[in-house]
Amino acid sequence: MRIAVLSGKGGTGKTLVAVNLAAAAKDSTYIDCDVEEPNGHLFLKPEVVQEEEITVKIPAVNEQLCMGCRTCTYFCRFNALAYINDKLKIFADVCHCCGGCVLLCPVEALSDIDKVIGKIQKGAKDNINVNTGILDFGVESGVPIIKKLLSEYVSDGKNLTLIDCPPGSACIVMESIKDVDYCILVAEPTVFGVHNLNMVYELVKLFNKPHGVVLNKCLEGENPAEQFCIKKGIKILDRIPFDHELGTINSNARIAVRESEKYQKLFVDLLQKVTKEVHQHEAVTHS
Amino acid sequence: MRIAIPVDKQNLEASVNQTFGRTPYFLIYDTETKENVFIDNSAAASQGGAGIKAAQSIVDNKAEAVLTPLCGENAAEVLNAAGIKIYKTVRDASVMDTINAFMEGKLAILEDIHPGFHGQGGK
Ligand code: SF4
Ligand code: SF4
Repeated sequence: MRIAVLSGKGGTGKTLVAVNLAAAAKDSTYIDCDVEEPNGHLFLKPEVVQEEEITVKIPAVNEQLCMGCRTCTYFCRFNALAYINDKLKIFADVCHCCGGCVLLCPVEALSDIDKVIGKIQKGAKDNINVNTGILDFGVESGVPIIKKLLSEYVSDGKNLTLIDCPPGSACIVMESIKDVDYCILVAEPTVFGVHNLNMVYELVKLFNKPHGVVLNKCLEGENPAEQFCIKKGIKILDRIPFDHELGTINSNARIAVRESEKYQKLFVDLLQKVTKEVHQHEAVTHS
Repeated sequence: MRIAIPVDKQNLEASVNQTFGRTPYFLIYDTETKENVFIDNSAAASQGGAGIKAAQSIVDNKAEAVLTPLCGENAAEVLNAAGIKIYKTVRDASVMDTINAFMEGKLAILEDIHPGFHGQGGK
């Protein structure tokens, strides 16, 4: 079973929910797809057993062969190529690795070279496999890292995999939820929180993924995010209170289910609810 | 000397455009002959790397200086490679005022090259 945890922006409690669900399960795999700011490992503290560099293919030019025809610069719709002073200039950070220019060059002056864009760290601790994607600073897209994480680092079979998604709803998030069984949307109880929630809600609807909301930082009184869910008929899975104890546990990079009975119960319950939801959904789609 | 300026409209009374890569037109102006040509900036509609493409067309039009309020690092790299100098325009000045200021030597070299807007509009 693969569960994605999403939110419209960072800092809503996405990682809190993901790591605690991972810890609430008996065996699980936690995958950090928030490659620009992976922080689940700070809580789960895995021992890293393997590190893999992730590369993409970008073009390199052989200046002896290039005849300056500019077929490549006209072709590149990302404008990663420029031809200046009788020399081809390649902007590696702008290149989207489509490979087109290499194919099109009439004199084979272009060839693919590897460019490192980040890495994946594989580790484990206390029955949790922890796989973390890390994007190098300044690199535009972490999508290749996510693809690799979700094709080779998920646990097989019945085991639970939790996917901590990047914030927002850009294509890197789409890549992260493409093959999941369920999406948990984490929302804050503010008007701005509703805006962020709506972003990811639209996305999971678009992908037709079963989903539910966890309301975080709940106080007494009005909760715009809750009202939004009721209005839209979105399932509310759980409410996590705005709680000093939880805040302290979290800021000490500890895991709530291991520190407090109350949270142990909350996240085990949440996991059960989600599991039930997934099975119900499967029953509906397979009947 | 041929200079290039991002402009909002195709006339000398227009304003300098507040961007570089996404400007609708460039004015190519010859300070000796006073000849002026407006070129469409085909980069304005591109998905990414607009600054690179816009800079390429300025190079291809053989300008020797660019007068602009802003310039990204990739565009600056293209312009620098071609030996084109980048000058900073004054806020709210019209195109003609800007040309005159340049000819009087009143425009400073643009120092604050901003990092590319990578990923703008979706990564
Ligand atoms: S297509 Fe090949 S030969 Fe033509 S400019 Fe590009 S690299 Fe040079
Ligand atoms: S590989 Fe594609 S995106 Fe990259 S420079 Fe070549 S044509 Fe442009």
